[in-house]
Amino acid sequence: MAKSKTPETKPNVGLFVTCLVDLVRPSIGFASVKLLEQAGCRVSVPRAQTCCGQPAYNSGDRPDARALALKTISAFEAYDYVVAPSGSCAGMLKHHYPELLGDDPGTAERARAFADKVHELISFLVDVRGVTRVKARYDGAVTYHDACAGLRELGVKAQPRQLLESVEGLKLLEMEDAEVCCGFGGTFSVKYPAISNAIVEKKTANIAASNAPCLLAGDLGCLMNMAGKLSREGRDIEVRHVAEVLAGMSGDPAIGEKQS
Amino acid sequence: MKPASRAFKTNATRALENEPLQRALRGIKYGFVANRAKARASLPEFDRLRDEARAIKEHTLAHLDLYLEEYESKVIEAGGQVHWAASADDAREAILKICRDAGARSVTKGKSMVGEEIAINEHLEAAGIKAIETDLGEYLIQIRGEPPSHIIAPAIHLTMDQVEADFRNIHKNLPPERILDEPGQLVAEARAVLRDGFLAADVGITGANLLIAETGSSVIVTNEGNGDLTQCLPRVHIVIASIEKAVPTLEDANTILRILARSATGQECSTYTTYSTGPKRPGDPDGPEEFHVVLLDNGRTEMLGGAFHDMLRCIRCGACMNHCPVYGAVGGHAYGWVYPGPMGAVLTPSLIGIDEAGHLPNASTFCGRCEAVCPMRIPLPKLMRHWRMREYEKGNTPARYRWGLKLWAFAARRPWLYHALTGLGASLLARFGKRRGRIRSLPMAGGWTRHRDLPAPQGKTFQQLWRAQEKAS
Repeated sequence: MAKSKTPETKPNVGLFVTCLVDLVRPSIGFASVKLLEQAGCRVSVPRAQTCCGQPAYNSGDRPDARALALKTISAFEAYDYVVAPSGSCAGMLKHHYPELLGDDPGTAERARAFADKVHELISFLVDVRGVTRVKARYDGAVTYHDACAGLRELGVKAQPRQLLESVEGLKLLEMEDAEVCCGFGGTFSVKYPAISNAIVEKKTANIAASNAPCLLAGDLGCLMNMAGKLSREGRDIEVRHVAEVLAGMSGDPAIGEKQS
Repeated sequence: MKPASRAFKTNATRALENEPLQRALRGIKYGFVANRAKARASLPEFDRLRDEARAIKEHTLAHLDLYLEEYESKVIEAGGQVHWAASADDAREAILKICRDAGARSVTKGKSMVGEEIAINEHLEAAGIKAIETDLGEYLIQIRGEPPSHIIAPAIHLTMDQVEADFRNIHKNLPPERILDEPGQLVAEARAVLRDGFLAADVGITGANLLIAETGSSVIVTNEGNGDLTQCLPRVHIVIASIEKAVPTLEDANTILRILARSATGQECSTYTTYSTGPKRPGDPDGPEEFHVVLLDNGRTEMLGGAFHDMLRCIRCGACMNHCPVYGAVGGHAYGWVYPGPMGAVLTPSLIGIDEAGHLPNASTFCGRCEAVCPMRIPLPKLMRHWRMREYEKGNTPARYRWGLKLWAFAARRPWLYHALTGLGASLLARFGKRRGRIRSLPMAGGWTRHRDLPAPQGKTFQQLWRAQEKAS
């Protein structure tokens, strides 16, 4: 694993913003920058990044997925670490790029070396930077959904809970089946909308049953799916990315709320 | 069974509206899923056993020809016969011939997914031979004329009320005032009705969970004991098994059995684990006079060493479907053929072709829970994705998606163009959702907004704001 040269040197972190955060909710990007800087990192945002290529990869379009993978690697190769506020995109960069580029010796080694530097934001803070608590305040109860790729591809489970525990005033109420998929699945949600809907209905019922007035998770795709369903059901539950709360930036309107 | 996988979407919609089915599916979480979790937690070496079991299967598959020949020679040594069937047709013919040679008028059947795969009941019935399913779940769906909806619990889609109604309907000679409101009463009635079938059958057909090369034994696991009666009472016993069921030794079989029941039902082991080796020997108190094994390939050798090789490790425990959110929403019948859920989404296209089964590997959120619980560590999402690649390469991906992907990828490969477009998109969508902060319906996004709102973007992209901030400082 890449490490900073000396303890005094700030590691250079390339923030992989993710296409959804870039387009829909930049505040998650700013929260990520703040958390990374608090953890002693120097953060850059390469202009040459777009999307990790997962929509192509999961639709079977290998050529486009490969092209995007190589573009992303080029844009981030210079950094000590590549960090994304999404388990899904980080999983793509870390686990699927080596698979996608593995059959060509010219790209296999590059993809492997790149993958070693990739981390999901919250697990990076805890596991790599040794962050144990954050300076933030949130008055109220929250529930946390374990988004699938972060949980099962990257082992993100205890880290967000550990940091949430250190947020002043925050109370974590676990929902039933927190580890069960919300039904988003990227293009799945538009290819099989009725099934996706049946799955997210079970999720929102569990969220509501937790009695927490706020839902957090680490992946914007899943959050948009759950926020969209909660608001269609007329449930008054605010939805946020976990990084926003950890960075003490929960003053902005929540996902799907009217902008002030 | 004629595949109905092309109609997956329609099947799924119907399943979502089927209230008794939805009620039945909700129970899986409290049964199979909870029980597996308990069984796993109480066996510290569970994950190590998974690795061992996986290694056993990988070794066997690498030398499958040798182990199958060893198995065959041991079966012959024990006085049995082995019939090699390259296709479902060959297997059906082999079984029919054995039944005809035995002058059979009726056969009893233990639960067998390979039996479903080759549609043996229909074939025998067409030849005038009555086939009676003796597993309770299989019996229930046989009287309803339905295919199984789960590989270990074929009637999991039915509720108690439905079963009671069917029994009253079919078992007309029993007193109508009898009480049938507990599972035990239903089981007792089925047992009494089936008893005559057991005693009259000329041939018994069972599947096999494992074929043991060193002894020529086949193994079945059941919870009702019907398998034992099926193979011991009739004069002829036929085992129908696909070739990847082979393992080298008894010890290997036991390793796999230790994770099979725990993964399937959460039991430490099934109520009955039955080993069959050849026909009745002189001095044996019971057993069949003839013992046949029909070994089915039906496309499996083509999977060996290929992209879907890992699927041949599957031991048919059903854990993947029990934990699958899509299976949990639509049940097994929606998949339209014999094998449902994640394992079916990988196996079915291998057996009936991707043109026929194209929906199945696409109908997954890739949540990865199937792989996480698979006792044989089969990378099911990866294999489903591989099918999607095959479809894309074949041009089977719908034109609308293909073009959408092409346009999106064209832009995503050109950051300057991409950022210009996302900047425009963010501001347009933000204006669209300005009043509420969310969008209730959007042209071209009906799939999303039919069921949920679309949270509106904040207005500017992160890249725009970041560059502005950089310029300002």
